[in-house]
Amino acid sequence: MTTLHELAERLIAKGEGPREPTREPVNTTMIRHWTQAMGDRNPRYQGLDAVAPPAMLQVWTMDRESPSRGPLDDMLDALTAAGYTGVVATNCEHTYARYLTPGEELTYATRMTELTGPKRTALGEGYFLTWLTTWYAKDEPVGEMTFRLLKFRPREESSPTGKRKPYPLKPAVNRDTAFFWEGASSGELRIQTCGDCGELRHPPGPICPSCRSTERSYVRAAGVGEIYSYVVHHNPPVPGHDTPFVVAVVEIPEGVRIVGNVVDCEPSQVGIGMRVKVTYRRMDDELILPMWAPLES
Amino acid sequence: MRTLEMEVGTVLPELVVPLTPTLIISTALATRDFTPVHHDPEQARAQGSRDIFLNILTTMGLVERFVTDWAGPEALIRGINVKLGVPAYAGDTLTFSGTVAAREDDEYTIEVRGTVSLGAHATGTVRLSL
Repeated sequence: MTTLHELAERLIAKGEGPREPTREPVNTTMIRHWTQAMGDRNPRYQGLDAVAPPAMLQVWTMDRESPSRGPLDDMLDALTAAGYTGVVATNCEHTYARYLTPGEELTYATRMTELTGPKRTALGEGYFLTWLTTWYAKDEPVGEMTFRLLKFRPREESSPTGKRKPYPLKPAVNRDTAFFWEGASSGELRIQTCGDCGELRHPPGPICPSCRSTERSYVRAAGVGEIYSYVVHHNPPVPGHDTPFVVAVVEIPEGVRIVGNVVDCEPSQVGIGMRVKVTYRRMDDELILPMWAPLES
Repeated sequence: MRTLEMEVGTVLPELVVPLTPTLIISTALATRDFTPVHHDPEQARAQGSRDIFLNILTTMGLVERFVTDWAGPEALIRGINVKLGVPAYAGDTLTFSGTVAAREDDEYTIEVRGTVSLGAHATGTVRLSL
């Protein structure tokens, strides 16, 4: 398994990612909402020759509908899988080349710049991850943001002996399924494919139900999906779980359904059709389970 | 054009921002941040927070407002560099204080500190030119 720093080096070497478009140009409606909510009465942001408040830079590209994954997601998933499950933003730096005016169409692109650690922090041991986003008007860079966050191992998760209590529900790992669990350990959601006809299947098995080939491979899923069905388990108690907990069948756009727990929200908030993203939870010193969290949190 | 006293050591007038739920929610939405912890108290508490709290894009916006409220519309903001501290929860008050820390020709560096009852929420610098 590659180390976190090896992965970081590889992702940093990729440089700047593709330029993503924004949904709408810089516009007076959003400027007015922003200034009103902030209580900012600066006349520069009003009237016919208004400019956009520079601190709105990132607002132009906030897009909650976009589930596209980038190198940062790979790094964050790997850190989570390594037990650094906590996250807290630590630094945000904007640099403005010039002010933006209504009507300008922007694009933006991100590169990962640094991973430092492990370091001891007040929250626990962790890694600092830094990236740089640049905004462009045509090919002109108009502003940039350096953002840093800390991925940390929450203190209460480590016991006095440094070893965690073994999670009582172990998955059956065999030659058919090992690739899936190895993927989970490195922050990848792997789906088995037929080596001949290419059909995806899950859970993994030895033979393709379509063409009966025993050749197999796997693909890496994007890690998003929709809840197809679910149950909220209240009773009886299950070792290793606090009740109530949610077990869902998640349909992923690649074309298969996967069973997993839904976390990071109240069971009452779970519903059919809810959009979710995969998250990796370390259950003990050996096992990492893929689970599902609301896409918008 | 007004003349503003703007020399190294000048202290900026304080900006006091009451963190009402309206402010936290309306700024989160105006910055297009729909993360539930910035508008849904139940979800915020489920994730271990005391209440809904200010999002980072708003912290950046309020830091900018604090400086331009004082420096006036002629000031061109060149950059904002913020170290993030404790969360700014609904019901608390965010108070900004600042000092002119450096000047080089018409470029100024303002040191800024935004504090809430738990401590420093945002500390850093704003660079501007006139």
